[in-house]
Amino acid sequence: MKLFVSEGNPHCLKVLAALEVTGVQCDVQYVNHEEKVVPFLSRPARPALLLPSGQHLFSSNAICRYLFEVKGNETSELCSQWLEWEATELQPALLQALYMAVLQGKGAEVSTVLQGPLNVLDQSLSKGTVPYLTGEAVSLADVVLWAALYPVLSDSSLALSEHKSVKAWFDQVAAMQSCQSAAQKVLQGKGLQGMKSYMQRQPAPQSSQCKAAQPCNNSPAEGEEGERVVSVEEMEAATLTWSRGLDSTVPADRQHPILPQEGKRNILVTSALPYVNNVPHLGNIIGCVLSADVFSRYGRLRGWNLLYVCGTDEYGTATENKAREEGLTPQQICDKYHAVHSSIYKWFQIDFDFFGRTTTEKQTEIAQDIFWKLHKHDFLVEDTVEQLRCENCQRFLADRFVEGSCPHCNYAEARGDQCDKCGRLINAVELRDPQCKVCRQTPVIRSSKHLFLDLPKLESQLEQWLDKSTGAGDWTANAKQITRSWLRDGLKPRCITRDLQWGTPVPHPDFDKKVFYVWFDAPIGYLSITANYTDKWEKWWKNPQQVELYNFMAKDNVPFHSVVFPCSLLGAQDNYTLVNHLVATEYLNYEDTKFSKSRGVGVFGDMAKDTGIPSDVWRFYLLYVRPEGQDSAFSWSDMAMKNNSELLNNLGNFINRAGMFVTKFFEGCVPVMELQQEDKKLLALVGWELQQYTQLMDKVKIRDALKHILNISRHGNQYIQVNEPWKKIKGGDTERQRAGTVTGVSVNVACLLSVMLLPYMPSVSQTIRDQLNAPQSCINTMLQGSGTFVCALTAGHRIGTVSPLFQKLEADQIESLKKRFGGQQPEEEPCEKKPTLGSAASSHPAAVPAPAAPVEVATVNGVDPEKAKQLTQAVAEQGDKVRALKTQKADKAVITAEVAKLLDLKKQLALAEGKSPEPAPQKGKKK
Amino acid sequence: MAVRELSSLEKYLGLKKPNKYSTQGDKKNNNGPPLAGLATIAHQLVKEAERPELLGDTAESRAVVHQWLEYSVTKLDSYTKEDIKIILKDLSLYLLDKVYLAGNQFTVADTLMYYGIHPVMVDLTIQEKERYVTVTRWFDHIQHHPGVRQRLPPVLIHRNRIYMADTIEI
Repeated sequence: MKLFVSEGNPHCLKVLAALEVTGVQCDVQYVNHEEKVVPFLSRPARPALLLPSGQHLFSSNAICRYLFEVKGNETSELCSQWLEWEATELQPALLQALYMAVLQGKGAEVSTVLQGPLNVLDQSLSKGTVPYLTGEAVSLADVVLWAALYPVLSDSSLALSEHKSVKAWFDQVAAMQSCQSAAQKVLQGKGLQGMKSYMQRQPAPQSSQCKAAQPCNNSPAEGEEGERVVSVEEMEAATLTWSRGLDSTVPADRQHPILPQEGKRNILVTSALPYVNNVPHLGNIIGCVLSADVFSRYGRLRGWNLLYVCGTDEYGTATENKAREEGLTPQQICDKYHAVHSSIYKWFQIDFDFFGRTTTEKQTEIAQDIFWKLHKHDFLVEDTVEQLRCENCQRFLADRFVEGSCPHCNYAEARGDQCDKCGRLINAVELRDPQCKVCRQTPVIRSSKHLFLDLPKLESQLEQWLDKSTGAGDWTANAKQITRSWLRDGLKPRCITRDLQWGTPVPHPDFDKKVFYVWFDAPIGYLSITANYTDKWEKWWKNPQQVELYNFMAKDNVPFHSVVFPCSLLGAQDNYTLVNHLVATEYLNYEDTKFSKSRGVGVFGDMAKDTGIPSDVWRFYLLYVRPEGQDSAFSWSDMAMKNNSELLNNLGNFINRAGMFVTKFFEGCVPVMELQQEDKKLLALVGWELQQYTQLMDKVKIRDALKHILNISRHGNQYIQVNEPWKKIKGGDTERQRAGTVTGVSVNVACLLSVMLLPYMPSVSQTIRDQLNAPQSCINTMLQGSGTFVCALTAGHRIGTVSPLFQKLEADQIESLKKRFGGQQPEEEPCEKKPTLGSAASSHPAAVPAPAAPVEVATVNGVDPEKAKQLTQAVAEQGDKVRALKTQKADKAVITAEVAKLLDLKKQLALAEGKSPEPAPQKGKKK
Repeated sequence: MAVRELSSLEKYLGLKKPNKYSTQGDKKNNNGPPLAGLATIAHQLVKEAERPELLGDTAESRAVVHQWLEYSVTKLDSYTKEDIKIILKDLSLYLLDKVYLAGNQFTVADTLMYYGIHPVMVDLTIQEKERYVTVTRWFDHIQHHPGVRQRLPPVLIHRNRIYMADTIEI
C-alpha cells in the first residue's frame, strides 16, 4: 500500500492526519504537483492511495474512510453524512476561500465565503451534548473536517468570534499530537503561503451562476405553456388584420418545368436518395422524403419558387447482391424496386416535382464530367489497394462478399467489414480463412490500382465555404457538429473507384472496368435527376447566386453532404450550387424492437396502407414524433393516443363543432360577426400561434410548428366552451348575436387551421376547405409575411356539408396491429432499432441490434385536467339537454343524435381523464 | 433531483414501505436523527434492504464504492461543458478494464452514477458515444441491469461504429 502526497496540498492533510490517528502502516511518498499518479485521471490527483489490489483511491475522504476501516472502525451513518457534506458543501466554499486568501490577497473576505458552512457546523456542535461531531470521541468526521478547515482557520487573520462552538471543537482536535504532526508535514509551518504553488495550479473556482445548467430532456412537443397575456395593442393589430379580407389572387398552378426566376426566392429541395434494394420503413420516410415534402408544401404556400427532386439510388454492391438473391439482373431489381418506392411515396402523398433514379445516361454524363474536371484540376491521386479477389468468380470481392474468422475474436462468420460478434471493424484482407460468399472458394489477395479524391488539398477551400454556409444558412445542430468533427480529425484522401460492374463506369483508360464508388456517384444523382426533369438543370445546379439549396437527410448521411460531395463540386470548379441549409434528423426507433423485414417486425412503407389508418394520420403521427433534435420512437399505443386526443378530441372536435353550429343554428350561412374584447383576444392568441408557426417552419422546425397548430384548436375549443353559443342561440337578440359572432369567428379559425395543416395533412386540409366551401384564395393569403389571419368566410358565406374528420383508433385495433407488426418474438426480448435512414451516399454496414429494455410509453400524455373539467361541464349540459328534449317529447331522430353526442362527450372525458373509455351504456338504461 | 434518484434506488432495492424525503433529500430516519446527502441516504437504503454486497464486500471495495458515490455527487451535480469532457474521458480510461465501477461486481455506485450521468448521455451525439466507448458500454450495461432504469428513457446505443470507421463500405 502506498500513499502519494504533495506538500502544500490541503487535501493531503486529511489523509496524513487520518494515517497518524489510526496508526495504519503505509508507505508515504512525496511527489510534485504535476506528476501523474492515478493512471486514468486527466488532472493530477492528490492524495492518492495505491491499494494492495492495484486499484487507486483518489478521493481523500474515501482514503480516510478506508484507513479507519482497516483499523476496525466502521463508518457510522452520521459520519458518512458529514463526509458527504464536506465534499459537496464545504469544499466548494473552501476552495473559493483559499483562492481568495492565497492568490488574490483578499483574506478579509474569506469569512463571508465561509459564513454559511460555518453556521451549519456551529449549530450542529452547539446543539449536541457531545464534544465531537459524532460522539464522545474523535471520529473520522472530526479528522476530515478539521483537516479541511485547518489551512483557513489556522490563519490568524480569520477570527472565529461568531462561531464559538466551532472554535472550541477545532482547538480540541488541533491539540492532538497526530494532527499537529500532519499539519507540519503538509504546510511546513508556512501557513497559507505554503499552499501557493498548489493553488496556482488549480482552475479558478466558478461562482455558481456560470455553471452550465443541467441539460434538460423535455419532449418539446409536449411542453406546457402558461396562458399568454395578450396586450391591447396585439388585439387591435389582430383585429385590423382580420378585417383586411382575402387576397384576390388565386394560387397559380405549378407549371413544369419549374426554373429559377429573377426576383423570386428560388428554392431547390432534395431529400436523401433512398437506396433501391429494399422497401423503405417509417424511419426512412420521416427521415427524408416526408420532412422534405412538408417543407416543400409549406414553401409553395409561402409563394416561393420551389423545386423538390428525389429519386432512387440504384448502383452498388447491395443491388448486385440482391439481384443474385432474387435471380434477376441488377437492372431488373432496380426497375422492380423503383416502382415499389414510387407507389409507397405516392400513398404517403409525397409531392415530388420529380422522382427519378440514378441509373440513367445523364448520371453517367454528369458524373464523368465532374470526374474529368477533378482530374484536370489535379484533385485526384492514384494509389494501390490490397483487395481480395475470387479467381473462381473472376472478380474482386466487395467487403460484404467475403466471410471468414474474425482476427480479433475468432467468430467464424465475420463479414469483410465488421464482425457481428465483437463489433470490431475489420479490413477484409485481415480475415482468417476468407471465403467468397458466392462460391465458397478461398479468395486471393491482389493489389488493384484506384483513384482517390484529394480531400486534404481541398480542405481549406471547404472550410471557407462551410463557415459561410453554416453561418448564413439553417443547418441543424447535429449537421454542424458532425461536420466539425470530420474537419477536426483532418481529412484523408478517399477512394472513388471500385472493382465492380454495377455502377457508373470510370472513363479514365487506366481504370478500365472500374466504376465509381457509390458515395462519389450517388449525390451526383441529385444533379442527374434534375437533368432528367429539365434540360435547363444547370439553372438550378450552376446558379448559387439565385438558388438556395436545402438537403434533407438522416444524420448518418451528413458527412457526405457537408464534406465529401461539396469537395467534389468545389474541386470541379464549375460554379456549382452548394448546400445552403442542411437539415438532418436523428433516428426514429420502433417500439422496443428492431425493424426487421425477415422477421416481419415493424412497419414498412408498403404495409402502412394495409393498416386501414389513413395516410394523413400516418403523416401526422410521424411528424409529431419527428426525431428533431433527439432520437424518438414510434409506438402504436402512442399513435392511438395522439390520434384520439389531438386529432379527434382537439383538432377534429373544434373544426366539426364550428361547422356544425353554422349548419344547425344559422342554416349553413356564416352569421354576422360583431367583435368584442373576448373575440379580439382570441384573434390575437391565434395570430401569435400563427406567427410562431411561420417562424418555426421557415427554420424547418417541423415538429415544433405542428404544436402551434394544435394550440390554436385548443384555444378555439376553450373559446367555444366559455361562450356557449348553443345556449345563447336560444336567448334574446343580444345573446343570439353573440352566438353568431362566436360561431363566425370559430369557423374562420377552422378555415385558417385548414391552411396551416396543408403541409402536414394535405387530404384533411382539402376536406376541411371542401366542407367549409372555403375560397381557394385563403390558401396563399393566410401564410403571407409572418402569417395573416383574415376573415376568409364573411357573413352570408354558405358552407358545405360538415362531417367528422377523424376516427377513433380503438385499443383492440391497435393491439392487433401491434401483434401483426411485432413479429413472432416474445414481447420482452430486449432489442432496439437503429434504422438506416435513406442513405444517398452510403449504405453502411447493417445495424447490429444492441440490447435495450422495452420503451415505456408515457400513457399519461392524453391526460388533460383542464380539458376534463370542461368536458365534465359539457357532459352535464348535454345530459340536461337530452332530458329536456325527452320531456318535450321531441322528434326521435333529434333525441338520438343528442344522445350520441352525449356518449361521445363521455368518451372524450374518459380519455382526458386518462381512463380507457367505458363501454357505451345501453340505450334506455337511463330512463 | 436527489429525491427522484433516491426513490428510484428505493424501487430498485425493492424496499416495501417508501421513506419520506424532503426536497433537500433529507430522509426521515426511523431510528435516529434525519440524514442528509444523496450518497449517505443511498448507503442507508442499501443497508435497510439488507443488500450489503451492493456496498462492496471488502474494505477496499467499500472504499472504491464510496469514492465513486462521492464522485457522482460532487462532479455530476453541476458542471461545465469542459468538466463533462474530462469526466467522460477519465471514466473511459478507468472503465477500460472494468465491468462495473468497483471492478467485477455491480454496486450502488453504478446505480447512482447511472442516474447522475443519464442527462449527459442523453445529450451525447452518436459520435461522442463512440469516442467514450467504454463509458457507453458501461452505461448500456447498467441501463439494462434489471430494475435500474425504471422511468428514465433508454439511451440508444449503436454497436456498429459509423464515425470511427475510416472507410464506409458500399
